Amino acid sequence: MSDNTTQPKLDLVVIGNGMAGVRVIEELLEAAPERYNITVFGAEPHPSYNRIMLSPVLAGDKDFAEIETHDRSWYVDNDIVLHTGEAVTAIDRRRRMVISESGRETGYDRLLLATGSTPFMLPVPGHTLDGVISFRAIGDVERMVEASKNGGKAVVIGGGLLGLEAAYGLHKRGMEVTIVHLMETLMERQLDPIAADLLQHSLAQRGLSFRMGAKTAAILGDDEDRVIGLRFDDADDSEIKADLVVMAVGIRPNVELADKAGLHCEKGVVVNDTMQTYDPRIYAVGECVEHRHAVYGLVAPLWDQAEVCANHLAHRGHTHYEGSVTATQLKVTGIDVYSAGDFSDGEGSEALVFSDVRRGVYKRVVLREDRIVGVVLYGDTRDGGWYFKLMREGVDISNVRDLLLFGQAYMPPELANEAEAA
Amino acid sequence: METTTTRTTCPYCGVGCGVNAVLENDAVRVAGDERHPSNQGRLCSKGTALADTVGLSDRLLYPMVDGRRASWDEALDEVASRFGEIIAEHGPEAVAFYVSGQLLTEDYYVANKLMKGYIGSANIDTNSRLCMSSAVAGHKRAFGEDVVPGCYEDLELADLVVLVGSNTAWCHPVVYQRIVAAQENDANKKLVVIDPRRTATAEGADLHLPLAPGTDVHLFNGLLAYLAEHGVTSDLPGTQDAVAEARKIGDIDAVAEACGLARDAVAAFFELFANTERTVTVFSQGVNQSSAGTDKVNAILNCHLLTDRIGKPGACPFSITGQPNAMGGREVGGLSSTLAAHMGFDAAERVQRFWNSPAIASEPGLKAVELFEAIERGEIKAVWIMATNPLVSLPHADRARRALEACEFVAVSDCMRHTDTVNRAHVLLPAAAWAEKSGTVTNSERIISRQRSFLPMPGDTRADWDIICDVARRMGFGEGFGFDSAASIFREHAALTAFENDGERVLNLEGLAELTDQAYDRLEPLRWPVRADKPFRAVGAMPAPQDSRRLFVDGVYPTSDGRAHLVAVTPRGPANAVSDQHPLALNTGRIRDHWHTMTRTAKSARLSAHIPEPFVEVHPSDAERYGVIDGAIATVSTALGEAHVRVIVTDGQREGTLFVPMHWNDQFAARARVGALANPAVCPISGEPEFKHTPAAIAPFDAAWHGFILASRPLRLAGESDIDYWVKIPGERFYRYEIAGLQAPEDLAGKARRWIGIDRRTTDWLEAADPAAGRYRAAHMDAGHIDACVFVAPEPAALPERSWLAGLFTGEPVDEAERIGLLAGRPADPGADPGPQVCSCFGVGRNTILRAIDEQGLDSVAAVGKALDAGTNCGSCKPEIASLIAEAQADE
Ligand SMILES: Cc1cc2nc3c(=O)[nH]c(=O)nc-3n(C[C@H](O)[C@H](O)[C@H](O)COP(=O)(O)OP(=O)(O)OC[C@H]3O[C@@H](n4cnc5c(N)ncnc54)[C@H](O)[C@@H]3O)c2cc1C
Ligand code: SF4
Ligand code: SF4
Repeated sequence: MSDNTTQPKLDLVVIGNGMAGVRVIEELLEAAPERYNITVFGAEPHPSYNRIMLSPVLAGDKDFAEIETHDRSWYVDNDIVLHTGEAVTAIDRRRRMVISESGRETGYDRLLLATGSTPFMLPVPGHTLDGVISFRAIGDVERMVEASKNGGKAVVIGGGLLGLEAAYGLHKRGMEVTIVHLMETLMERQLDPIAADLLQHSLAQRGLSFRMGAKTAAILGDDEDRVIGLRFDDADDSEIKADLVVMAVGIRPNVELADKAGLHCEKGVVVNDTMQTYDPRIYAVGECVEHRHAVYGLVAPLWDQAEVCANHLAHRGHTHYEGSVTATQLKVTGIDVYSAGDFSDGEGSEALVFSDVRRGVYKRVVLREDRIVGVVLYGDTRDGGWYFKLMREGVDISNVRDLLLFGQAYMPPELANEAEAA
Repeated sequence: METTTTRTTCPYCGVGCGVNAVLENDAVRVAGDERHPSNQGRLCSKGTALADTVGLSDRLLYPMVDGRRASWDEALDEVASRFGEIIAEHGPEAVAFYVSGQLLTEDYYVANKLMKGYIGSANIDTNSRLCMSSAVAGHKRAFGEDVVPGCYEDLELADLVVLVGSNTAWCHPVVYQRIVAAQENDANKKLVVIDPRRTATAEGADLHLPLAPGTDVHLFNGLLAYLAEHGVTSDLPGTQDAVAEARKIGDIDAVAEACGLARDAVAAFFELFANTERTVTVFSQGVNQSSAGTDKVNAILNCHLLTDRIGKPGACPFSITGQPNAMGGREVGGLSSTLAAHMGFDAAERVQRFWNSPAIASEPGLKAVELFEAIERGEIKAVWIMATNPLVSLPHADRARRALEACEFVAVSDCMRHTDTVNRAHVLLPAAAWAEKSGTVTNSERIISRQRSFLPMPGDTRADWDIICDVARRMGFGEGFGFDSAASIFREHAALTAFENDGERVLNLEGLAELTDQAYDRLEPLRWPVRADKPFRAVGAMPAPQDSRRLFVDGVYPTSDGRAHLVAVTPRGPANAVSDQHPLALNTGRIRDHWHTMTRTAKSARLSAHIPEPFVEVHPSDAERYGVIDGAIATVSTALGEAHVRVIVTDGQREGTLFVPMHWNDQFAARARVGALANPAVCPISGEPEFKHTPAAIAPFDAAWHGFILASRPLRLAGESDIDYWVKIPGERFYRYEIAGLQAPEDLAGKARRWIGIDRRTTDWLEAADPAAGRYRAAHMDAGHIDACVFVAPEPAALPERSWLAGLFTGEPVDEAERIGLLAGRPADPGADPGPQVCSCFGVGRNTILRAIDEQGLDSVAAVGKALDAGTNCGSCKPEIASLIAEAQADE
C-alpha cells in the first residue's frame, strides 16, 4: 500500500447512515484507510444503530443504547464528517456535488448511495391519519412505545416478519394486538403452510389475534383525525377498533434521489457486479439497490455487497458480487423460525419433512439434485446455519440424506465440520 | 421378605439341567443347581432366562369348546364322548394321540396306558419321532434295547470327542461347556466335529469335517473299513457282514470323494479315532433326521462295537436327545412303535396282565408322519394333541394343517392360548406349565430328575396327567385311572419296568416302585437302572448295581443271544435328490436361544435378542449364483412350500446347501415355518423324517421397501396387505416387528398410523418423511412415553439399529434429549449405541464388545469377560465373542 501515501486523497460522500453505508465505510477503513476523505449524510438524527434490533427494543428486551453501533466519536476518530438529521435532496452529477436539505453542497469524486428502503403505506383512505405508522426507524419505535403507554388496541397490517415482530412488541407492551393479513398464512414468502400454522398457533397462544385473508378497505379516524379503527373489504364491511395502526406491508427501495439524478432505476437503483450504478463514479449498496433483478430486504446480502463495494473503492482487485441467498429468522422470544432459499414444492424438488407436533418442531429441507435449495425450520432452528451453509456451498448430501433432518449432531465429521466453519 | 427355593429341572433340552427356582415375594429367579450331577450348577442362556417365561401373557387359562370358554366338565365330556362315539362307530384305530417330549413321565405314562391298554390302539406317537426315533431304532438293532450306555462324565474322560450332526454349543450348551472345560487344559484331548455346517460348535473344534449332507454312513463305513484294515477285529455277531459292506466304499480317497471332504481331513480323523481308546461319539439330529437315520446310527455304533469302546470310562457312543423328557417318553413307551416300558408288542399279554386292562394294542400304530397322513385321509377321525405344535414342527406342515382342518375332532392340551396348532382345535384344554408342574423327567444320561412346581396353577389349568385321567374316567375306564398324584403314577410306571423283568430289560426301576409320596417329593436325581435292595435276579445280566453310570460293562446285552450286534449298512443318498429346479439341499435345525416353536422362549426378550429373525444361511458362491444378498430377504422354496427369511451369507455353510432354523411359525412371522418346506420322506425303519435334506431353491425376495416397528403392545400385522414380510420379536417391554413389502405403499403416513392402530387425530406424533426417497419414520408418544415407532426405507441399510430405540421402552417417559434423536434412531453421539445383542445374560451388544476389544486391546474371550462380563454367566455366547475377537484381529 505504499502507493496510498503518494496519491492525493479523493472525496467520498456517503448518502445514508444506515447499516449498508456504515458497513462500506468500515470495510474501506480496513482496506484503504488513507484513500478517501469521507463525508456521511444521514436523514435520521442518530449516529449508526442496528436496525434489526429495533424489534427487541420495541419489545422491551433491549434499550436503544444497546443497539447503537457507532457513536459520534467513532466518526471523529476516523476523520469522517457526519451530518445527521440532514437528508440529501439532490445530486448534481455534472458538478459532482450533492445538495442537502439545508442547502449544503458537498463535492465528491466518488459517491455511495445507501438510502435503504421506505416502508410501503397502503394507499387506503385514512392512511395518513394520526396514529398510523410504519416500522422502520427508531423514531417509529419511539412513537409506538409512546402510544402503547395507554394500553388500548393496536392493529398491525401485514403478517410478515416485520409485522409479527411489531405485533409481538406491542403485545408485550400491553396492547391488545390484532394482526391483519391479506394472505391465508403468515410469512407466506418464508414459511410453508404447516410452519405458518404452527407459528400462528403459538402466537395466538401468547394472546395475539388474527384476521387472516383480510383486505383493509379503509382506516377510520375521528374528528381530530386520530385513528379509531379499520374497515375490511368483506361481505359485511366489518370493522375493528384500533388506537394504533402499524403498516408493515412491505418496503420499497428508496430510489427517489437516484432517479432524480438520472441514474438508471428499476425496482431499485440498478448496479453491476462491482456495485456501481450506470454512473461509474456512483456506487450503491443495501436495500436501495437492484442487482441482477434482485432486491433484498435483509442484512446478509448487504454485508457481501459492502465488501465488494469497499474493495472496488479501494482499488483492490476485482471481487464480484454475484447475488445472495438469504435466510430469515424471526426474533420473537421463544419462537424459533428459520427460513432460507426456495422451499416450495416444484418440479424436480424433493422435500424432507420432520414434525414433532407436541414439541412444536417442524423442519422442511428441500432438495434439488441432491443439494439443499431451501429450508424452513420451526421450533428448533439450531441447524439453520449449517443447512444454510450446505445450501450455499452446494454440498452433495446424498450420503447423509437419511439423517439430514436431524442436523449436524448426526453427521459424519466431515459434514458436521461444515457447521464449525459456518 | 419370603424366599423359597425349589429344586427342579430345566424344561428345554435333553441335557436336563437341575434348576434352583427362587421365589422371592412374587419374583422368580433361577440359578443352576450345583447338586445336580448333569450340570453341576451351570445353565445355558435358555435355562438362565427361564424366569422370563413364567409370566401369564398369552397363557391358555380356561377350557374352550368351539372357540368359547367352557367348564372343565363340558370340555372333558366333549373329549370323552367324541372319542367314545368315534371308537364305537369306527373302532379304536380311528383315534390317535399325538404327544410330546415336553410331557412329564407321569403324563406320558397315563396317555400311553389309555391309548394302548384301554382304547386298545397303538396310535399314540410323539414329537420325539421327529428327533431321535432313529437313535431308538439303531440302539435296538445293536443293543437289543433303546439304551444310552454312557454318561456325561465320559465326555470329560474321553481323549477324543467326536460330535456328529450336533451343534452341541447351541443345542446342548451345558454338555458342550463340560466338554470344552475338560479339554481346555489338556492338549491331548481332541474335539472333532462332523457337520456340513461350520457351526458355533465346529468353530471350537480341533478338526471339522464339513461333509456333504447325507454321507455319514459313507464316512463311518469308511472308518469301519479303515479300522478293520488296521487290524481291529471283533467276534461280535454281524461283524463280518458289516465290515464287508463297509469295505465297498473303498480307500480314504474314495471316502473323501464320496463325502466331499479333503483327503487329509478324513485321514486325520480316521487315524485319531483308530489311535484313541477313550473316544466318545456324540450324535444327534444331524444323524437321526434322515431317511437313512437308523443306518447312520448303526454305522456309528458299529465303529464303537468293533473297537470295543462301549461301557468304559471315556468310551461309548452317545445319542444325545433334544427334549427334556424324550427319554422319559421312550421309557414309558409313548411311541407307536413300542408298547410300554421298553417292551414291544410281543409283550402285549404281559402288559395287559399288569394293567389288568380291557384291551391291549397288539401291533405298532402309526408313526407321526403317517399318523397325520391318516388324519388327512379321514381314517383317523379324532386326535388329541398334547404339549406340541405339529403344524409347525412336522414336515410338509401345510398338509398337517389341512389334515387337522379336515379332522372331525381335534382336542389340544397346551399352556398357550395361541399357537398354530391351538388355533385349529375344537376343544382346548388348559395345561399347567413348567413352573406349575410336578413329576419326573429323564435326561440323555438316564438321570431321572424331579420337576417340582413352585408357582400355583393359574386360572383353571390342570396337570396333563390329571386331564388325561379325567377323560379316561369319563370314557368309563375309572379303574385304571384312579391316580391321585404324580407319585402314584410314577410308582406304577416303576413297577411295570420291573414286572416280570428277569434281566431281559435294562430299564428297571424296581427300587422306585414303592417310593412313598414323601420320598418321591424328595427324590434326588438318580440314574437308572435302579435296583431294589435285593440283588438283581439275573446274575450277570446287569452292570454292578451300585454303579449305573455305564451299561454293558461286562459285554452282556439284552438281545436274544446276549451279545451286541454290528449291522451291515449300505450308504444311500437322501430320499429326494436335488434337481435343476431345486438345486440346493435345505437343512433345518435349532438356534442357541430359542426352543422348538418359541411359545415359551419368545417370552424372553433376551433370548429373542440373540437371533431376532428367521434366516437362511447361504454359501457365498450360492449367494452370488442365485442373486441373494446378505441382510436382505430371500424366498426359499421347495416342492412343498416357501418361506421368506433373512439372508446370512457365510462360508460356514457348505456350498450347495441352505440352513433355515426350525423355530419360527405363524405367530411370529408372516411366512417362515420351515416345516412347511421340509419333505416328509422318512427313515423306513424309524419313521423319522428327513429334516436335514429337502431339495430347495433360493431367490431374492424383491422387497420394494424394508422397515421395522417397535411398539409397547403387540400389533396385528397378519392381515395388512402392504406388508408381505413380518417377523415379531418380543423385547423387554416392547415388541419389535421387522417388516417389508413387495410394493411401495402409498400414503405411508396413513399406513404407519394404521399398522400401529393410531387414529389420525392423535396429536403426539413425530414424523420424518422423505417421500421421494421412499423413507418414512414416525413415532407415537403417549403421555411422554414412547408408544410405538415405525421406520421405513427402500434399503435395509438405511434403517437405524434397533437397539437404541428399543432401550427407550423403559416404562419411563422419554426425556427431551432422547426425543430429539428418536426418529434419528440413535443418540447424537454414535458411541452410545451398543449394537445387536451378543451376550443375552448381561445384555452386552456387539458394538460394545468390538469397542472394548479395540480400545482395551482385549485378545481373549476371558479378557472380554473380565472387561464386560459378557460370556461369564451361561457362556453360550463365547463362540461368538471369540469370532468377534478374530474379526477385530483380522481387521487390524
Ligand atoms: C424492525 C426491523 C427489523 C429487521 N429485522 C431484520 C432481521 O432480523 N434480519 C435481517 O436480515 N434484516 C432485518 N431487517 C432489515 C434490515 O434492517 C435492513 O435490511 C437493513 O437495515 C438495510 O440496510 P440499508 O443500509 O440498506 O438501509 P437502512 O439500514 O434502512 O439505512 C438507510 C439509511 O439511509 C437513510 N437515508 C435514506 N435516504 C436518505 C437521504 N436522502 N439522505 C440521507 N440519508 C438518507 C435512512 O434514514 C436510513 O437511516 C429489519 C428491519 C427492520 C426495520
Ligand atoms: S443346557 Fe440349557 S436348555 Fe439344556 S437343560 Fe441345560 S439349561 Fe436347559
Ligand atoms: S430328543 Fe427329541 S428333541 Fe430330540 S431329540 Fe429327541 S425328542 Fe428330541
